[in-house]
Amino acid sequence: MDKLRLILDISKTHLLAKKKQTLVAALGVTFGIGMFIIMMSFMTGLNILLDGLVLNRTPHIQIYNKTTPTEYQPANKYFDEVSNINQIYSIKPKSRLDRIHNALPILSELKKNDDVLGATPQTTCKVFYLSGSNNLNGVISGIEVNEEIRLFNFNEYVVKGDVNSLIKKKNSILLGSGIAKKLSLSVGDNIQITSTNGTNFSLNIGGIYQSGLAEVDDIQSFVNLKMAQQISSAGGNYISRIHVKLKDIEKAVPFSKLIENIYDVEALDINTANAQFDTGSDIRTLISYAVSITLLIVAGFGIYNILNMFIYEKMNDIAILKATGFTGKDVMYIFILQALVIGFIGAFLGMAIGYGGSVLIDNIKFETEALPTIKTYPINYNPNFYILGFIFATVSTFLAGYLPAKKAQKIDPIDIIRGQ
Amino acid sequence: MNSILEAKNIDKYFLTPTKFHVLKDISLQVQRKEFVSIMGKSGCGKSTLLYILSTMDTSYTGDLIIDGQSMNNQSKDDLSRIRNEKIGFIFQFHYLLPEFTVLKNVMLPALKLGKEDRKTIEKNALAKLDLLGIVDQANKKASKISGGQKQRVAIARALINNPKIIMADEPTGNLDSKNSEIVFNVLRSLSDEFDMSMLVVTHDHDFAAKTDRIIEMEDGYILKDKMEEI
Ligand SMILES: Nc1ncnc2c1ncn2[C@@H]1O[C@H](COP(=O)(O)OP(=O)(O)OP(=O)(O)O)[C@@H](O)[C@H]1O
Ligand SMILES: [Mg+2]
Repeated sequence: MDKLRLILDISKTHLLAKKKQTLVAALGVTFGIGMFIIMMSFMTGLNILLDGLVLNRTPHIQIYNKTTPTEYQPANKYFDEVSNINQIYSIKPKSRLDRIHNALPILSELKKNDDVLGATPQTTCKVFYLSGSNNLNGVISGIEVNEEIRLFNFNEYVVKGDVNSLIKKKNSILLGSGIAKKLSLSVGDNIQITSTNGTNFSLNIGGIYQSGLAEVDDIQSFVNLKMAQQISSAGGNYISRIHVKLKDIEKAVPFSKLIENIYDVEALDINTANAQFDTGSDIRTLISYAVSITLLIVAGFGIYNILNMFIYEKMNDIAILKATGFTGKDVMYIFILQALVIGFIGAFLGMAIGYGGSVLIDNIKFETEALPTIKTYPINYNPNFYILGFIFATVSTFLAGYLPAKKAQKIDPIDIIRGQ
Repeated sequence: MNSILEAKNIDKYFLTPTKFHVLKDISLQVQRKEFVSIMGKSGCGKSTLLYILSTMDTSYTGDLIIDGQSMNNQSKDDLSRIRNEKIGFIFQFHYLLPEFTVLKNVMLPALKLGKEDRKTIEKNALAKLDLLGIVDQANKKASKISGGQKQRVAIARALINNPKIIMADEPTGNLDSKNSEIVFNVLRSLSDEFDMSMLVVTHDHDFAAKTDRIIEMEDGYILKDKMEEI
């Protein structure tokens, strides 16, 4: 303990005697760590934002009716494949309704499942939007608003008006922003729609829906589930899709397989639906790590240089300490400690600057039509970056200090004394 | 067995720039409480010999025994410890840590030895500085005092651990006759009162004349050692 105190004492005097150099060395670390934290916070903030954009609104599993042809064709029933060669050309799927067979029992069974956070039905129908002499193709989905809000943050995408208007008024519609623009309609106006079988409905615009994806916003609108069933002129069991959110997204793949095995439906899991998306965010994370680590390594070289210089200037001190009975190890610890102190100061300043920079970016306005829920640049305040930065700072300063300190350990005091 | 330091048949060569036999078969003894001076022309190898005797230089052949203990097979760390505890060294050019205070310079070897607590060490250090008449400089930085004062701080530092032997390389080289007198008297009284031995390289005949014994060197040999004459 006393020994440590002595070494600390000597290191402190050395560092304080060269305040400027100490500070410059520490600032090298500060810059590296600060940039690392800002980079990581911003990049992962962006990743989370983009992930969230997709993950929050994409169901973990989408269930809809099978449209692929049956694998076991009727011909196989009569001519067994062992003794016959069945070759059927251009197989077409059987014409089927858009609706999921037995949707309501499936829905209630899913809701009871322990893995399922929630499941919500949708009824989708193709329509024409009419306004004056214009008419546009489009799609209207009937939804259970409360469940959509709870599971998929639906409310975040209603940029004008009131999302709950669907519950309050039966003939309310949340109109896609692209459609609203083209037909120059706004909240409170009425819009005529025509269903595929020719029936006209007059709906009142309760809100404007904007997903940020133009191809969606140009065709998609939402109404109450009941309303959509009415537009499709079908009953309360007419459900064309079921969207499932699981408690654990990792289970999406096995769970979708399970659903397909049990029910006669198609179940699309989120991994398959967004395969390319994952790769994108992985690569972004990789790039930010690579850049940050490069910064930290550059900072490490800076420390190495300055400590080398420190030791060069302190040759006399080293010789005196050794001549008066300090061991090579003592001298080595003295310089390693100096490196570590520089590392600590640099790391703490770096964390402060990293945090300050993050707050600054967090407050910069960033408004874009594509991302209606975003007001400022995204920042991920993850304490792990601070811990990681701190660890890296201390490890790299230790390494950068170790080599020169090792050199100091080996210095022969006689060489220095004779050199005078 | 009263010798504190014994050197037997010490030879040393410098290999660069050319092979050079700097110390030739040096044998000598220093007794307890004895005050020995080494004299000789510049370049005859006095400093080189002193570095070997003080265990700092280990590239030589021959035997070195300090306080009854052979130095031949000691590790570097052990030599550091022995140097710290048993040998006080005063360099030809005052060698202080410029960024530390005078007091800290004196205290450091004792702090390293760690036999006493800080308070006691500080008290001892102040006492040594007082002995050398520079206690008023204690809290100045070592870089901010005069050459003669530095020399005396270096002496105080050599004394701090109450070593068995003090080796000094021209300790009065930079001092006027009055200050040399002071230094001599301090060393003399230390050797008398605290049983310390002294081995002092000097060019000052007056200084040497007052010591117990003079060893004269020339070109790496011991030319004359008064003890041998007796
Ligand atoms: N590192 C070295 N390499 C080669 N030769 C050296 C080295 N150091 C000293 N010498 C030579 O060794 C001899 C002895 O040097 P040393 O320093 O011991 O002399 P000295 O007796 O102390 O002289 P002075 O009274 O001037 O201090 C000198 O001739 C010197 O040139
Ligand atoms: Mg000399």
